Amino acid sequence: MSTLTDPPNAGFRLSMLFNDTRYRSLTFQVIAAIVLALCIWYLGNNLIQNLRAAGLNISYSFLGDPAGYDINQRLVEYDSQSSHARAALVGVLNTLLVAFLACITATVFGVVAGVLRLSNNWLVSKLMAVYVEIFRNIPVLIWIIIIFTIMTAVMPGPRAFRGDNATSSMVLDLFAFTNRGVYVPMPWFESGLFASAFMNWMVVLAGLVASWFVSGRVTNWANHKQEETGERPKTLLIKLAIWFVPFAVLMLIMGLSWEVPALKGFNFKGGIKIGGPLIALWFALSIYTGAFIAENVRAGIQAISKGQTEAAAALGLRQGRIMNLVVLPQALRVIIPPLISQYLNITKNSSLAIAVGYADITATLGGITLNQTGRAIECVLLLMLFYLTASLTISMVMNIYNSSVKLKER
Amino acid sequence: MADQTTNSIAFVADGNIPESPPPANETGVVKWLRDNLFSNVTNSVLTIISLYVVYLLLASTMPWMLNGVWNASSLAECREILAGKSGACFAVLTERWHQLLYGFKYPADAYWRPNVAFVLMLVAIAPVLFFDLPRKLLLFTAVYPFLAFWLIWGGTILAPLVALVGFVAAAYVFQTFGRSSFAVGFFGAIAAAFAVWLIGGALIPEGASENAMLSAVPSRDLGGYMLNMMLGVTCVSLSLPLGIVLALGRQSSMPLIKWICVIFIEFVRGVPLITLLFVASVMLAYFFPPESTVDLFLRVVIMITMFSAAYIAEVIRGGLAALPRGQYEAADSLGLDYPQAMRLIILPQAMKISIPGIVNVAVGLFKDTTLVSVISMFDLVGMIRGPILASTEWNGVYWELLGFAALVFFVVCYGISQYSQWLERRLATDHH
Amino acid sequence: MKKTVFLGAFTVAGLAAAAAAAGTMDDVKARGKLNCGVTTGLVGFAAPDANGEWKGFDVAVCRAVAAAVLGDASAVEFVPTTGKTRFTALASGEIDMLARNTTWTFSRDVDLKFEFTGVNYYDGQGFMVPKELGVSSAKELDGATVCIQTGTTTELNLADFFRSNNISYEPVPIETNAEAQQQYLAGACDVYTTDASGLAATRATFENPGDHVLLPEIISKEPLGPLVRHGDHEWGDVVRWTLNALISAEELGITSANIGEMSAGTNNPEINRVLGTEGTLGEMLGLDAEWSKRAIAVGGNYGEIFAQNIGEETPIGLARGLNAQWTEGGLLYSPPFR
Repeated sequence: MSTLTDPPNAGFRLSMLFNDTRYRSLTFQVIAAIVLALCIWYLGNNLIQNLRAAGLNISYSFLGDPAGYDINQRLVEYDSQSSHARAALVGVLNTLLVAFLACITATVFGVVAGVLRLSNNWLVSKLMAVYVEIFRNIPVLIWIIIIFTIMTAVMPGPRAFRGDNATSSMVLDLFAFTNRGVYVPMPWFESGLFASAFMNWMVVLAGLVASWFVSGRVTNWANHKQEETGERPKTLLIKLAIWFVPFAVLMLIMGLSWEVPALKGFNFKGGIKIGGPLIALWFALSIYTGAFIAENVRAGIQAISKGQTEAAAALGLRQGRIMNLVVLPQALRVIIPPLISQYLNITKNSSLAIAVGYADITATLGGITLNQTGRAIECVLLLMLFYLTASLTISMVMNIYNSSVKLKER
Repeated sequence: MADQTTNSIAFVADGNIPESPPPANETGVVKWLRDNLFSNVTNSVLTIISLYVVYLLLASTMPWMLNGVWNASSLAECREILAGKSGACFAVLTERWHQLLYGFKYPADAYWRPNVAFVLMLVAIAPVLFFDLPRKLLLFTAVYPFLAFWLIWGGTILAPLVALVGFVAAAYVFQTFGRSSFAVGFFGAIAAAFAVWLIGGALIPEGASENAMLSAVPSRDLGGYMLNMMLGVTCVSLSLPLGIVLALGRQSSMPLIKWICVIFIEFVRGVPLITLLFVASVMLAYFFPPESTVDLFLRVVIMITMFSAAYIAEVIRGGLAALPRGQYEAADSLGLDYPQAMRLIILPQAMKISIPGIVNVAVGLFKDTTLVSVISMFDLVGMIRGPILASTEWNGVYWELLGFAALVFFVVCYGISQYSQWLERRLATDHH
Repeated sequence: MKKTVFLGAFTVAGLAAAAAAAGTMDDVKARGKLNCGVTTGLVGFAAPDANGEWKGFDVAVCRAVAAAVLGDASAVEFVPTTGKTRFTALASGEIDMLARNTTWTFSRDVDLKFEFTGVNYYDGQGFMVPKELGVSSAKELDGATVCIQTGTTTELNLADFFRSNNISYEPVPIETNAEAQQQYLAGACDVYTTDASGLAATRATFENPGDHVLLPEIISKEPLGPLVRHGDHEWGDVVRWTLNALISAEELGITSANIGEMSAGTNNPEINRVLGTEGTLGEMLGLDAEWSKRAIAVGGNYGEIFAQNIGEETPIGLARGLNAQWTEGGLLYSPPFR
């Protein structure tokens, strides 16, 4: 029994392909490669045969042709004679716009609801729990439709504002809430430094950036002072001045005035129009995703052990500084990764714009362009490419952030 | 001693002071209100605002709900009955009840079939959800998909039977040969299943579906909430094994397999479900052999399954990553090979960690089944947005219908998430 | 039929169907069912009624073809399609013919490789506005918000019309007719535009149809007709001549009432040829002699189908107009049966 035989140093046998760990992984990979190649060949072959049978070809030249349709919500110049590619660009910008707006408001809703859910006020925390459960457990498509229906069926039409005995009136004579959208006054410059409005806004932006920079220097100076003397100088007033004085002066020089919307013809004219579909989509995405973010925030705050707060208090820190310097930095480490994946979801869910007629990329490239040109394969591929790029960009940012805040362990 | 004490100390208590009731404002309702609602000024303000919000909500919806009309044949008749009062017209739900549940094409005399399938589903799913039930019930769970298919689609019973026999043959071959070598068992099982399907498929006579016991229903005729349920259940159960395979593949040390899985998962997670549904509705048809067309239902199931499999794979990968390295090493040192180690040591633990995540994905997937209404399938939302709201009788009954849709989804999703929380508590084996 | 195992299994399970690209007619006959693509719901043209039965003008064409080919008007599987999915569904063979008020245009015919087999409704794009707006011409619509149903030629026509008249508008694109209707009724748009027939059909479902007017301008030509895949001429001929048989029947006075009596033989050779009592037209199509008799018997001739589904007696109330026979000043003109 105990005699040891030398391991057979025979050469290569076929069964070793499966049983010998040296070869096995190679065998499996070769099999996988063959299966993959077969699948691709099979699908590709079908595609080619089907296209040939239907007499179609894959070509992206339609992107250069005039689109022929109009888009009501556009951030760049566009008319019906622009190309399909330009229409797709309008759609891309609209997608990014609604995603960006919804990310901001969803974060606000989420943080407020998440914090209030931990409130020691029984009624408030229960209300927030109800909000979270109701919005998390009902499909976002239904929410989008419900909110869009509220927008169109409950809000008054522009006609209600007309006549002597109008049933609706403008709020403060500045804002008009109609079922086509909300009209708000638009700021513009009477005596701008430049002829184009864009350049004037750039000047304002430059001013704000400068203020931000200077106020950052003031904070640094205050920190320095505190380290040297132990006294923190009061900087609030200085900062306020840095922010507001240049801004006010700039506005005075350029002659800021407001263009108030007014009812003309069929619609309100003037001011900025925030379209109904945009509002419905924006609000629905925000309040739906806000419910998820609220749960993330709650989990994040609860994840910080009470010992941290108590230790900070023992060091003599005040309540506000405990939050700022001890709890939040740690809670954010827990909150931010799921938060960013919620942002990813918002971007992807914004494709449901199609249900409310908002001209995002799915509605332009994947909707009207696809219908008009019949180039289904090309349009859907481009559509997926866009979302893939957007998602991968966001997750790349997330990974960079994650590795920068990771607990550095030795 | 005793005298000394009495002399030097003026008073000493020699018994307890009788208990007196707590002050009125430190007990009962008042204390609870003070602690929970009015502990300070901010809290009081918040409470009052909340109460006002609740009042506003109830004041606007309650009369509408309570005045609801349940019996009318059209919106106009409803409004007549209400005579100007505010009230809901729930009659649309009673009148279109079958359409909401089964779609408008499912044969009316066959409504009992999905009902039976639904009840049986609860039976089949019970042993999966609740571990205390006898394990024997799992046998029924294994048979259930084929039974449900036969009930809902009807047609010849031979088709699901052949499919079932194929799986049984595969399982038998795997049991027999898989013990000596996993690879032989695995590929043998696939070959056996295909052989059975091929032979069985040839044996089923043409036109067997025509005079079958249950009349055949084409899947285009499925609709309503039934369609959401079917898509949800089918896709979740199909994507679970696929998700496990993808997660293991992503952890694999073989670069090729790892990269296939990574690319697949990242691709699917990077695009919205709606573009995948577009693929199903306008593109996928080009990828099937020219001499065939595949049902839209099946195409949608394929795409949704791929979609949820990628998400489930990520959840399971999280579970795998959370396992201490020692578990893998322990399995290796016991001499287990890869399939054994995975099946006996790694996956049971990893799955336990991943269950809440998987349930979240399942709930999300079930909600996402409403998206099929965008590609002209008449699920619950599709029925509401399409035939019902477009009909002359019910043109303009949004709230009742949308509210109903919201309610049925809420009930199911909330139920599932409550189950998940219960399960988490149940599975918690660590000590607190 | 060569099929892979998977597809074989799915076919048996009824989830997949074989559709040889070679001959649609053989497939339809083998399947015993005609797959006909229709809209997701436009009352009068194609919409399921409360019992789930498809009814309408386009539906009648499908039923006539089914009756001609299969001898059974109910052997039709109606496949609801959206503006987006309809062409893929046809190109991929999921449906055998598309009768979804689809406009015959150059690019659809030539570039997308479809074959239009005739025109069953001559339409044009119109506008509907609420009466209270007091608009009497589309040229007064400067600055109006316009609801459009997407996926049709309407967006393009609309852009062209407003551009050439140098007036502005705000488009609101909507996926389905039902939602466009909801938007329009809620006042979220001032105008609803689509094919005039569709407007009439939509208006008919309103609670107070009288509160809405159709503007006189018709801004486009929209010849709507059934279409099939390019290249399958045999099948295209069947659909084309079924439609022509319906049109000819009206011209010749064949109705569902007198068809039995007429098919016994008349002294009008044209009638006899249409009904198959004379000549071998059916054989040439690859059908039997009574194909057109069956097609006409389903819902009557073109005029009867029109009157029954969208005519002036129905809530939709469309006049014949361009769709009258050529003998009565319309455009309907079937090539002769000989």
